[in-house]
Amino acid sequence: MTDLTKLTIAEARDGLQKKDFTAIELTDAFVSAIEKGNGALNAYVLQTPEHARAQAKESDKRFAEGKARPLEGLPLGNKDLFCTNGIRTTACSNILGNFKPTYESTVGQNLWDAGAIMLGKLNNDEFAMGSSNETSAFGNVVNPWRRKGKDGKASTDKLVPGGSSGGSSSAVAANLCLAATATDTGGSIRQPAALTGTVGIKPTYGRCSRWGIVAFASSLDQAGPITKTVRDSAIMLKAMASHDPKDTTSVDAPVPDYEAVLGKGVKGLRVGIPKEYRVDGMSAEIQKLWDDGIAWLKSAGATIHEISLPHTKYALPAYYIVAPAECSSNLARYDGMRYGLRVNGDDLIDTYEKTRAKGFGREVRRRILIGTYVLSAGYYDAYYLKAQKVRTLIKRDFDEAWNTVDVVLTPTTPSPAFAFGEKSGDPLAMYLEDIFTVTVNMAGLPGMSVPAGLSSQGTPLGLQLIGKPFDEETLFRTAQVIEDAAGRFPVPDAWWMKG
Amino acid sequence: MSSQKIAEKPTSKNLIAGATGDWEVIIGLEVHAQVASKSKLFSGSSTGFGAEPNSHVSLVDAAMPGMLPVINRECIAQAIRTGLGLKAQINLKSVFDRKNYFYPDLPQGYQISQYKQPIVGEGEIEIEVDGELLKIGVERLHLEQDAGKSLHDQHPDYSYVDLNRSGVALMEIVSRPDLRSSKQAQAYVTKLRTILRYLGTSDGDMEKGNLRADVNVSVRKPGDKLGTRCEIKNVNSIRFIGQAIEYEARRQIDIIEDGGKINQETRLFDSGKGETRSMRSKEEAHDYRYFPDPDLLPLEFTQSYVDELQSGLPELPDEKRARFMKSFGLSGYDADVLVAERSSADYFETVAKGRDGKLAANWVINELFGRLNKEGKAIEDSPVSAGQLGGIVDLIGSNAISGKIAKDLFEIVWTEGGDPADIVEKRGMKQVTDTGAIEKAVDAVIAANPDKVEQAKAKPSMLGWFVGQVMKSTGGKANPAAVNDILKAKLGL
Repeated sequence: MTDLTKLTIAEARDGLQKKDFTAIELTDAFVSAIEKGNGALNAYVLQTPEHARAQAKESDKRFAEGKARPLEGLPLGNKDLFCTNGIRTTACSNILGNFKPTYESTVGQNLWDAGAIMLGKLNNDEFAMGSSNETSAFGNVVNPWRRKGKDGKASTDKLVPGGSSGGSSSAVAANLCLAATATDTGGSIRQPAALTGTVGIKPTYGRCSRWGIVAFASSLDQAGPITKTVRDSAIMLKAMASHDPKDTTSVDAPVPDYEAVLGKGVKGLRVGIPKEYRVDGMSAEIQKLWDDGIAWLKSAGATIHEISLPHTKYALPAYYIVAPAECSSNLARYDGMRYGLRVNGDDLIDTYEKTRAKGFGREVRRRILIGTYVLSAGYYDAYYLKAQKVRTLIKRDFDEAWNTVDVVLTPTTPSPAFAFGEKSGDPLAMYLEDIFTVTVNMAGLPGMSVPAGLSSQGTPLGLQLIGKPFDEETLFRTAQVIEDAAGRFPVPDAWWMKG
Repeated sequence: MSSQKIAEKPTSKNLIAGATGDWEVIIGLEVHAQVASKSKLFSGSSTGFGAEPNSHVSLVDAAMPGMLPVINRECIAQAIRTGLGLKAQINLKSVFDRKNYFYPDLPQGYQISQYKQPIVGEGEIEIEVDGELLKIGVERLHLEQDAGKSLHDQHPDYSYVDLNRSGVALMEIVSRPDLRSSKQAQAYVTKLRTILRYLGTSDGDMEKGNLRADVNVSVRKPGDKLGTRCEIKNVNSIRFIGQAIEYEARRQIDIIEDGGKINQETRLFDSGKGETRSMRSKEEAHDYRYFPDPDLLPLEFTQSYVDELQSGLPELPDEKRARFMKSFGLSGYDADVLVAERSSADYFETVAKGRDGKLAANWVINELFGRLNKEGKAIEDSPVSAGQLGGIVDLIGSNAISGKIAKDLFEIVWTEGGDPADIVEKRGMKQVTDTGAIEKAVDAVIAANPDKVEQAKAKPSMLGWFVGQVMKSTGGKANPAAVNDILKAKLGL
């Protein structure tokens, strides 16, 4: 039998429908792949094989009864930021300890209601704060991709899978699940997708419910999938998105059938190329990647237009005010009083201090401190208020752009996957990973990363598409054209399965 | 604004005498009133009082990871109704902010409140103190979450937390510093409470903590600029509000007159000792790091929604008082007593409808309220219904019974119930107006007391004695006016 773990969602869906294999067989294939491969990658922080098999059994029953649901029997990984009913959820932070929610996130529930199977909880940067998955309380996640050594052979140096959804990107690239849930506050879906040769979409703010997802920065957080293909991305987002009365920022608008638009092409589509994204010191290979993307879309019938998004350069600094400000408040509930870690001190204040000092890692503490500072009396106007004004201007830049273009094309990241420790000592260098992605969150727009080529080191690079609010359909059909032109980027050697 | 006028012209009777001259006390109140609603401001948990600790706590109230607030529409409607009742500006767009601080009874680590853009802006409340009519400015009304409750007496080493109140909706109603005496402050809170109860937007029950006030007090020499204020937190009765102000004003005057300075601080009122105590100084004050709650979109509604709520508002105490005085000819005092509670006013109106308003007011206030007070009963629990009392008033009005008999009748209806007219009929309580029968009784009394008849000729005021005797012999049922007339004629007075 072929290796079932290498299938895409679309292929696995067909196979299950045609009864080429059962949901149990498919699930078991992933369970054993995880058992074998997760040790080297550390993508899963919790494996739930029993839970998965129980769901698979139900799926097979439904197939037998002809009552299969849209994602029936498809095994997925679930980022540990999504609360899972009765199953440990930690956001990869010590402060949550062995916290077991009594509820399921809306996005998760949508997936399980559609018949999907959960294989386990995926690693991420602590509270989704990081761009390399080096801040997790469960340790680093390893990228299945390796650089080409000088001798042309693969180097054994470990590379980061991106972050914060590093467990999701690594697991999908390494075939440890068909697809994975992820979240994106400043690039946490798109950047790891770009660094692992996978597809990641952050939908429009309000498209997916945030209910039951551990909050980082409420006005920026959005859930989305990381998948192997554009089609899989369309299938997953359709299932994840919904209007949720429990999240008043979720939008009451119908969720289109994204898969239906995939063959429509880009003929006549107006593609914007923002000149401000040609940053100083952009590497030649990123420039070439971008040019390739332009050429592919052009030859598919799109028209290319240079546009200006003048406030782009302020996006990153403004983001690093807004996101920490919201996080400093969102994380106040982790106080050791009701759940999670408590370190008893001499008095109440001492207990708070000891608990939070032990429970939060360095990066989370750094952002809480920044956030507390920028919201403090006397600094609020200069930082938080000003950042919100910048945010309005960034939105306005895009509103202007939509008068002349339908979609915007940029690189996803300024560079390919890097080695552990390369940037983690320098927060500013790490923050620059988000330079092309944060604007999208600040403006609340949909953004998608599609694998488009390999770096000189033989590691993947991604192109980013940015769309109008709630126009994910244009992203999907444009991304399909890029995927068709660039081809897919499976990891050449499954070294992690070799023990 | 009227408030400015008050500030510039202190009335001498409100001044407090000190060693160095007279002092003026400046008071502003922040009243926290629990919104009357079945569920909490941002969750579906019950707001029921007196439940087992932590039995009304949802995932949102306990601030579990990933939980989000959803605005309770009814709480918004109640805040708008209250704003309308205070003749205040209703803001069609307002914003919920987070007020950040750590405390075990605050699960989120922040209180959702309204800071820069409250739902209700400026309004006013009219009060009357010592015959003086004052308009007290209301600066704003905003909605916010209540916190839970820390229980420090349950365990030798630990404090417990009860989150039943966590997330219950409160309206914070902030007055301008227009109040000049403890009496005015008490009148303001009393009036505000009456308005809230009329509107049905808060039960104003201070014993349950559903209405409490932060009292800001400062003193100055008349005409000087405002002094440094102290805030007395969470005073939970109208009496204590008065005591706290009196104590605090005197404390501040003494400090200044001794050459000291007032430190801006937050104080507590100790009702046992009748004094205020320092809680924390300005330096120790929290930096709450307010910012708009990103989990909630700005709150927006239309003017037509406000109009719809306006049209559903009941008549408010000031209007009702004016109407009672005009249509029923009541005195200001009687009208005040009757409108103090909506239920009393409604009771009165039922009694007065189609009858003599003054007579009805007299019976409601003197007989009914007197009796209710004596037995510690609320008007809702009155054994005599408005219909029954109306029946009694009818019998007095038609001269069927005398005022004295009416009191006996009231007693019977109070204890036994029943239709007043039936009781009068069945028990023969009807006033005797048959002059023949009265004449007989008069003749008998005259015949039995020849000496008194003689005395009466010299001293006509003896008539009273004869009236008494006749009433006695008729069992009080004789019409007193007829008895008087017949006696006068027979005695030749």
